[in-house]
Amino acid sequence: MNERILHDYNDFVLPFLIGFVFILTYLFIGLVRIIYHIPPEDRRKLLRSFINPRILLLNFKDITHDCLLHIKIYKRNLLLGYMHFSIAFGWFMLIIIGHIEVLLYAPKSTGWQHLYYPIFFRYFLEQSGHTTLRGAFFFFLMDFFLLMVLVGIGLAIFKRVKSLAFGMRRTTHASFADTIVLYCLWAIFPLRLLAEGFTAGISGGSFLTKPVNYIFASFLGNDLNIMPTWWAYSISLGLFFLALPFSRYMHIPTEPLLIILRNAGLKAKKIRKGFSEAEIYSCPSCGLCIDACPMNVQIKNLKLSSVYYMRFLRCHNHQKTQRIANACLMCGKCVEICPVGIDSCAIKVVERGTMNNSVQYDYNYLQDGKINLLSLLETQNSNEIKPLLEKEITQDIKIANKDFSSKNRGKVIFFAGCMTHITPIIIQSMKKIFAKAGIDYIFADANGGICCGRPLLLAGKLDAAKELIKKNTELFKESGATTLLVSCPICYKIFKEEYKLDNIVILHHTEYINKLINDNRLQVRKNDDTLVYHDPCDLGRGSNIYEEPRNILLKIGNLKKAEKEGKESICCGGSLGSLSLNRGDRVKITQKSLQALTYCKPDKVITACPLCKKTFAEQSEDIPIMDLAEIVANNLI
Amino acid sequence: MTNFGFKLVTSSRVNLDKFDKEKFDKLLKIEPDIRICMACGACTATCSAGKFTETSLRKAILLLQNGDEKGAVNKLIGCMLCGKCTIVCPRSINTRNLINNILKIYSK
Repeated sequence: MNERILHDYNDFVLPFLIGFVFILTYLFIGLVRIIYHIPPEDRRKLLRSFINPRILLLNFKDITHDCLLHIKIYKRNLLLGYMHFSIAFGWFMLIIIGHIEVLLYAPKSTGWQHLYYPIFFRYFLEQSGHTTLRGAFFFFLMDFFLLMVLVGIGLAIFKRVKSLAFGMRRTTHASFADTIVLYCLWAIFPLRLLAEGFTAGISGGSFLTKPVNYIFASFLGNDLNIMPTWWAYSISLGLFFLALPFSRYMHIPTEPLLIILRNAGLKAKKIRKGFSEAEIYSCPSCGLCIDACPMNVQIKNLKLSSVYYMRFLRCHNHQKTQRIANACLMCGKCVEICPVGIDSCAIKVVERGTMNNSVQYDYNYLQDGKINLLSLLETQNSNEIKPLLEKEITQDIKIANKDFSSKNRGKVIFFAGCMTHITPIIIQSMKKIFAKAGIDYIFADANGGICCGRPLLLAGKLDAAKELIKKNTELFKESGATTLLVSCPICYKIFKEEYKLDNIVILHHTEYINKLINDNRLQVRKNDDTLVYHDPCDLGRGSNIYEEPRNILLKIGNLKKAEKEGKESICCGGSLGSLSLNRGDRVKITQKSLQALTYCKPDKVITACPLCKKTFAEQSEDIPIMDLAEIVANNLI
Repeated sequence: MTNFGFKLVTSSRVNLDKFDKEKFDKLLKIEPDIRICMACGACTATCSAGKFTETSLRKAILLLQNGDEKGAVNKLIGCMLCGKCTIVCPRSINTRNLINNILKIYSK
């Protein structure tokens, strides 16, 4: 192939150029804005991430996996994954190969020409003589990737008609700008095929463009349609770029930025600025979270899902964002399944902070000595402790605490938590298990303790939560124990994430019982009951504990799968995360979740959270809901 | 003052003129559940904070209806929002939202 440049400029490139320069300027300003609003310490983190090879490698991996290959969507639904993959990867390759072609065949092109040559190269190219192997190879590649994108576009159009085939029951309503960009996107590649097809007689082509050329030449008979199609192609590209910043497709340029910021360890600290702005613009409005949101059981609550939260945030509709932020159950399912990995729950917590952090509170009672370890706890050997309890003066308690803590070095401290106190069967079961395994333990809140602080944290009352965290940390450290055993996933999550307990190992009772069974300190008998396990939000998605409870249940009964489980498990509806959701709405969620759990008609539903147990038990008519500790205690040998 | 061996008790008279309808309507709009409270006291009985302080949602609601805003707020500022009261409430009142909004609207 002897290529030669036929023209070096034509007016039809103008719409594209205008759009392209506009989007570049917009992106630059947006980037500066985001960096400006990131707090200084986060900016330093970001800079440090650029010299850390591990993070750089992670960035590269995440960008290729998420932005080009769309692995996460593939895992959800093959067809949906292929649609995204073919458009993103095909388009990316068209751009890359287009640039390589220009470098190889038009090395003398100047700066401006570099902007539009790779896009419209076929128009500016004339092929004389025979096609060389190298030329044919590039023609083939370009046609191949164009076909790939066209298949993707075809699937996208099909998805509009029948989204269920792509595993999506509900999709989002497109806004005006979304519709414009969507139609442009659908038009760009067919127009490119036509434009390149019409000129294939002059510029050369491959398996896709050549036949188009022959077919149209056979009945059109002239070349008059070349210019209008190139103009149309350029206009659709220009329009695409002009409308892009106002549409959901802004996620295309923003997502790589989000990945870099996230891998640098940044978190949302303001509602609408800095890191969260990157998240807002990265949301592709795909609507996967609508199907995931437990609140979708009611049509009226469909607009409470995260995708609409991000959309309302984007257009500064704070009345609506506040409503969603208050209603959200914080179950984390939308965050878990989000293909972009947007942590919308974190933004919601920040937004709740703006509403609730200033709400008055008074926790002076924490400091006046009434709450101390000795008054709250109970040990299995109470004779040892009673004489200590009789001393009532604070000074004595301090000395007593010291004696006490040295006696308890290495022991287990069991913290039941508020929710476990209203499901006393869990406490009884744990006591039975302790007795059977012969474990020395201290019951930290036998006589009522204070809250772990997570409900306050979720409600956005950060300062208030800090006071509780401080007090509890003091109590745990004073106890001298080295293992903190918790039976409530809500407490467990905050102990793991927010408490700084130094050498104390934090365990949930599922982990602990699993360890006891594995160490042969506990023996359980197996029976024929069919069991289904419900993953509590804060234990599964929140703390990544999926295997331990299942290991235990496999030893006790016949464990069946729920309709949705693991990362996809549906919130029980009782979540403390939601502030404004009322009883009626919650009951509907509970029933739906229970329906998903009991679809295989199990004998018992097992969970590992006192709140889930309580919520389900109210709605379950014939199937008993049990805590994991309870079923273990019932089946001890 | 001379010590007579007894003192005057502060008046427990309810002055309904002090009841601020505007604020109460605002609260009702956010959390209409306050109307269905039957003052059974289950919330207070189970309250984590109530063990150490005067925290009591039942009393707070009564005080609020009697126009004693300050008293109502004082009964709630010790609340840790732990949610036990929501679970035990026989009327299924969304107590946490109610407490948070009473504090928001009435404490200045």
